[in-house]
Amino acid sequence: MQFMLLFSRQGKLRLQKWYVPLSDKERKKISRDLVQTILARKPKMCSFLEWRDLKIVYKRYASLYFCCAVEDQDNELITLEIIHRYVELLDKYFGSVCELDIIFNFEKAYFILDEFLLGGEAQETSKKNVLKAIEQADLLQELWEPPQGWLSELSLPAST
Amino acid sequence: MPAPIRLRELIRTIRTARTQAEEREMIQKECAAIRSSFREEDNTYRCRNVAKLLYMHMLGYPAHFGQLECLKLIASQKFTDKRIGYLGAMLLLDERQDVHLLMTNCIKNDLNHSTQYVQGLALCTLGCMGSSEMCRDLAGEVEKLLKTSNSYLRKKAALCAVHVIRKVPELMEMFLPATKNLLSEKNHGVLHTSVVLLTEMCERSPDMLLHFRKLVPQLVRILKNLIMSGYSPEHDVSGISDPFLQVRILRLLRILGRSDDDSSEAMNDILAQVATNTETSKNVGNAILYETVLTIMDIKSESGLRVLAINILGRFLLNNDKNIRYVALTSLLKTVQTDHNAVQRHRSTIVDCLKDLDVSIKRRAMELSFALVNGNNIRGMMKELLYFLDSCDPEFKADCASGVFLAAEKYAPSKRWHIDTIMRVLTTAGSYVRDDSVPNLIQLITNSVEMHAYTVQRLYKALLDDISQQPLVQVSSWCIGEYGDLLVSGQCEEEEPIQDEVLDVLEGLLVSNLSTPVTRGYSLTAIMKLSTRFSSINRIKKVVSIYGSSIDVELQQRAVEYNALFKKYDHMRFNLHVLYDLVSLLFQANDLLDLLGGNDVVPVIQTTLPTKPASAGGELLDLLGDLSLSGRTTVNGLKIEFTFERANPNPNIAVITIHATNTTEADMTEFVFQAAVPKVITLGMSLSHRAPATPVAGRAQCALTKVARYSVSSGTLVRLASGLDVRCVKKQCGWLGCVSEDA
Repeated sequence: MQFMLLFSRQGKLRLQKWYVPLSDKERKKISRDLVQTILARKPKMCSFLEWRDLKIVYKRYASLYFCCAVEDQDNELITLEIIHRYVELLDKYFGSVCELDIIFNFEKAYFILDEFLLGGEAQETSKKNVLKAIEQADLLQELWEPPQGWLSELSLPAST
Repeated sequence: MPAPIRLRELIRTIRTARTQAEEREMIQKECAAIRSSFREEDNTYRCRNVAKLLYMHMLGYPAHFGQLECLKLIASQKFTDKRIGYLGAMLLLDERQDVHLLMTNCIKNDLNHSTQYVQGLALCTLGCMGSSEMCRDLAGEVEKLLKTSNSYLRKKAALCAVHVIRKVPELMEMFLPATKNLLSEKNHGVLHTSVVLLTEMCERSPDMLLHFRKLVPQLVRILKNLIMSGYSPEHDVSGISDPFLQVRILRLLRILGRSDDDSSEAMNDILAQVATNTETSKNVGNAILYETVLTIMDIKSESGLRVLAINILGRFLLNNDKNIRYVALTSLLKTVQTDHNAVQRHRSTIVDCLKDLDVSIKRRAMELSFALVNGNNIRGMMKELLYFLDSCDPEFKADCASGVFLAAEKYAPSKRWHIDTIMRVLTTAGSYVRDDSVPNLIQLITNSVEMHAYTVQRLYKALLDDISQQPLVQVSSWCIGEYGDLLVSGQCEEEEPIQDEVLDVLEGLLVSNLSTPVTRGYSLTAIMKLSTRFSSINRIKKVVSIYGSSIDVELQQRAVEYNALFKKYDHMRFNLHVLYDLVSLLFQANDLLDLLGGNDVVPVIQTTLPTKPASAGGELLDLLGDLSLSGRTTVNGLKIEFTFERANPNPNIAVITIHATNTTEADMTEFVFQAAVPKVITLGMSLSHRAPATPVAGRAQCALTKVARYSVSSGTLVRLASGLDVRCVKKQCGWLGCVSEDA
């Protein structure tokens, strides 16, 4: 996988994960153009398209579009399954996930993605294991604070 | 200073902004606060501030001043800090900036951290955005982790190794020992990532490929277990056990079995098993089948298995899910060359896909349809494809038209069918037809001698309906000019037009705003040619003289030259038909001007003429390069041969060599060679040369070489040749009898 983008029906970016080295400017341009192209497609159309020299796989879940750019040799149908798996993970973590969850907890969405995919490939095929790892890491975040930091954060909810 | 506001607070605030300007103001304010906080080196809130910055970055605002802060977070001991720091690094840093190298040491330390989640963060970041330098420095650490018994780390290390190998291929060797026992793992995460690693290594190195071929039996076994094993809730997706792993194994098997009979044999059974037993009601099953088909087609599988694979694709084509149809068409396109007959069986389904609403599917179906056209199905297929051409989006029309022309050329069952097909394309998609089709079509029409009357009649009618499609108009004008006599002679099936009507049409083209300069050139030439076929000469003369003062230089040049013909060679007009035979050699039609007899000299000694009752003296000989880049013609004993060659070393220079041979006994004097290249060709070149009159002695040869320079790419040489207009003007050839008076 070269990159994954999540964006709303109005074209607002909610998550962008890049697995290839590109400058900020290039990323912005690609995002903008690709988002426009996909938003212009009609609902009944195929989930795959060739765009520039990339293979694009996308699927809409409620108000969010999940869009991946994959390599030539990659299996488009299994990419759809990868997208679905990610949605399931988000759903399990947030409990009936909706776009607002992703907006207000974007860093969590990234953490979950980073436990599922690494370098563009799936690192764990068991839903349970991914969620367990996230859970543990969240716990670590709560517990592992140097003493004074912990005290000062007491009155505030954990995490940022 | 009060504590910086929390992340979610900021998000909430920004979302209340009603305009872009309002949002920008909020952002700027917050950025200023964050900047001063950074300046104060506030450790407590750094994490919170960077998180906010990342949010603003996602909205599209600059955040580069946070880059160093990310590095500080990574170096912190707090897990929260590291988490956000690494995230920030992946979002804000890119390997082109030197700043990223500062991460290297932190990552190294974290790779050796006591907590696996910290190690995980480091592996993830390295595997996602590590530059080649970083990879070089840290490859050793990754290799170490690849050998650990901790499956959480091992799977991450495997994918990190994939990234390292992609960045620094030379390092591949060092990971080889660690791959030894990867496949004996029970953990699916490790298995999956190991297969990915092995795939990467095999794809990059033939030696690795050879080395890992021995893993085929083990891979087959793992796959078999996945299929045969009972329900495993942890890895189940719609009743299928770990489809992700199955697909990756199938892909690796494909690479290993590719050019190897033994390996292919060893995987034959399992492939057949997967192909027949996989549940196809959901996308996940079809994903596995798809990968299986790709593998079967790529390895050296036996024919039964291949047929099975194609049939699976055939079934896919009938699936309601358009994604499945799409991948089926894509795969069939890949296999149509090697398994042509098997794919033919699904032709009707493929043709139905031309009517699909989805653009991607239509394109695939079109490409595949053209690949399937052959002598047996040409009529039926062409009907469908022409219907498609009628109704498809403009983006398809050019490719479809070209495809139709090619197919028609290869498999046309009859000349009439061929012409009809071309007509259909020109009338329905005329504006999308490629430029080089026009000369090709003219050549085709010229060759179909018996169809000339039919063709010119149909083209004329098409012109009456619509003059906006330039390629159609150009071909029509040329045909009318060439076969105008057939058009008005009553050979047509329907009521024939009269001469004035035809001239009306052609003149209409000259003045219409829809006509391009190229088209105008065609119509003017056509009108001129009709001066030898029609009787309304005065009208034509008038038209031509008007254009003698046209603003368009090309038209003006032609008109002036044509005018000159009228003046000097008028009396030769009626015996021009005879000379038409001479140009049957010449194929390209751009600016073809008929041979006109001419004799402006005093009557001379009567001698027996060799073959042609052609004229004496002042010949206007127009020669055009033909597609085979050479041509010759003989008029009155003067043999002219010319060849086109690309100059060496500069392929942009065409060397045109003209050999003129006087095959008669007598001398030819005043042999003048002129070459003019019209601007009709879309290349914007021009070359005009006038050589001084030279005598060519009897039985002597004279060779002239013209060098033409064109600043265009090669490949257009043909088009170039078609536009060359060579005139040889012989004057005062005393040895030829005066012919003008006899017919």
